[in-house]
Amino acid sequence: MKLKTTLLASVIALAPMAAMAADLTIGFSQIGSESGWRAAETTVTKQEAEKRGIDLKFADAQQKQENQIKAIRSFIAQGVDAILIAPVVATGWDEVLEEAKDAEIPVVLLDRTVDADESLYLTAVTSDLVHEGEVAGQWLVDEMNGEDCRIVELQGTTGSSPAIDRKTGFEQGIEGHDNLEIVRSQTGDFTRAQGKVVMESFLKAEGGENICALYAHNDDMAVGAIQAIKEAGLKPGEDIRIVAIDAVPDAHKAIADGEMNATIELTPNMAGPALDALEAYLADGTEPEKWIQTESRLFTADDDNMAIFNEKKDLGY
Amino acid sequence: MTSQTIGPRPSVLRRILPQLVILAVALALNVAVFPEFFQIDFRNGRLFGNLIDVLNRGAPVALLCIGMTLVIATKGIDLSVGAVMAIAGAVAASVVVDGHGWGTALLAALAAGGLCGLWNGLLVAVLRIQPIVATLVLMVAGRGIAQLVTEGKILTFDNPGLIHLGAGTVAGVPTPILIWLALGALVTFVVRKTALGMLIEAIGINERSSRLAGINSRVLLVCVYLVSGLCAALAGVIVAADIKGADANNAGLWLELDAILAVVIGGNSLLGGRFSIIASLIGALIIQSVNSVILLSGLPPEFNLVIKALLILGILVIQSPRIGNYIYLLKASGPQPEPDAPASSPTKEETAR
Repeated sequence: MKLKTTLLASVIALAPMAAMAADLTIGFSQIGSESGWRAAETTVTKQEAEKRGIDLKFADAQQKQENQIKAIRSFIAQGVDAILIAPVVATGWDEVLEEAKDAEIPVVLLDRTVDADESLYLTAVTSDLVHEGEVAGQWLVDEMNGEDCRIVELQGTTGSSPAIDRKTGFEQGIEGHDNLEIVRSQTGDFTRAQGKVVMESFLKAEGGENICALYAHNDDMAVGAIQAIKEAGLKPGEDIRIVAIDAVPDAHKAIADGEMNATIELTPNMAGPALDALEAYLADGTEPEKWIQTESRLFTADDDNMAIFNEKKDLGY
Repeated sequence: MTSQTIGPRPSVLRRILPQLVILAVALALNVAVFPEFFQIDFRNGRLFGNLIDVLNRGAPVALLCIGMTLVIATKGIDLSVGAVMAIAGAVAASVVVDGHGWGTALLAALAAGGLCGLWNGLLVAVLRIQPIVATLVLMVAGRGIAQLVTEGKILTFDNPGLIHLGAGTVAGVPTPILIWLALGALVTFVVRKTALGMLIEAIGINERSSRLAGINSRVLLVCVYLVSGLCAALAGVIVAADIKGADANNAGLWLELDAILAVVIGGNSLLGGRFSIIASLIGALIIQSVNSVILLSGLPPEFNLVIKALLILGILVIQSPRIGNYIYLLKASGPQPEPDAPASSPTKEETAR
């Protein structure tokens, strides 16, 4: 009797999940695993799918568009319910997206957009790079609260869109605050090694005591710069405030150690919002917006960074 | 490539004079954009100044160009050194992460680098594959191997011994400076105090005749690539130790080109033969001084590559044989009938090559 009730209860509890799992199969064409963030995105996407009981078919394109197109065609042939694509390049998608549309399979773009007609995909889930820079600038504005501050900036790879957008965003963020001034700006190529080298030259050219804050376009460069600041006999996080973007595990660790002040998250969880939109669309045809912006969350010393570090370090960053 | 080249060497100073002049100009440019360039403090237990940075940041290219000079002297080239750096860094990092000491890590990295060098050497010397193609294989594949070792992440470590090799100091002097100075001196000593240097030059000038003359060119060729691999491994360990992590994607990226450039700026011919490691090392410092000018100038990063290209172009034009001849003719046409003027002519050509 008791056993029966338990079984019944669990059946009732699992019913909605089982119903969903029964008919949702989603194909995911990932670019590859060129960066830690990309690896984390893959891990999180798989986790999100599992959490919702979705059968995720994963295809790694190894940085090649032709592999992605092949993968999408095979997803269409298998008759999946929806397709997620992280497109490796912006152009050349019209034909295969047309095929998906003819097969009435909704397509959601992750992380990057494509140069194709909007009607060919359901929605795009991306982060707003300019907004990330703005959040960083705004944090520094609040932190300084009117005090004078000479800022040095470590840019990403010259000419890359994250470098351009994050620079623009930060400048917009501190606009109208004459107490904040960017005194030096140089590229650190998004790498730790260059971040350290360039910060060394900043410290000498400006004098470490004349620099009040560092803005780095990604966490890796900030981590390199922290070492340069330490070697110059200054305290990163105190003598020089440090704000960067991405929120990789090592940045959380640095904040927990008091060597960094803030980081803005480029969330690897693009799949969460994408799957939400897809489920709503498949359930009752709710059309999502054409662009879903992910949250650019600010992390500071107020957060429990050690816990976040432990949570994130196994995602593949 | 005439018999002159195997004749008695001109004095070392005369050989490296053009490089020293260029280095002085490059440093003067630094002072022009940043007047306190030569100021050196003692801060936080270490020497602290731009000049120290030039010596310290020049370490990877300096180490690479020691091996590269020998390889180029045999008429070869080693494109794989950047990738070998990534492999060595990854190996060293994974060894200390597994809980072994820094000595084991260094040895493992050197073994990995030596293995890579051996592979290149065998392809070139035994299978007779053109060096540029033979080493291209590892240049392309090496980074993949390094990523396999690090599993695609930046492998961070906090072993103080290993970190010391890249970021530490000995008596205030950053360790990498001491490492490249010591290795440069050691290799120069070995090749110049024995016949080894001359044998290497002989291979570069004419391998077939050198073999007919009784030189075991095959073994020597394998050895120079082996040395190049070991130098790259050491550079890779330093770069990884410097940032306390092995970054398989970016460690040593494009550094093979800087190393070749350093050798060329050092007045060594890509056609092999006569070589000077000291001149190559000064070439490496010249490149780093140019990088330093760019960083200190405060110009937007869009200008970086343009400035570097213009400065390097200037250096190479000054060193070109044509310009060298013009300078020589200009001097010769002047009213100075010095008796030793014609005698210095082959030396001029030498340095110009």
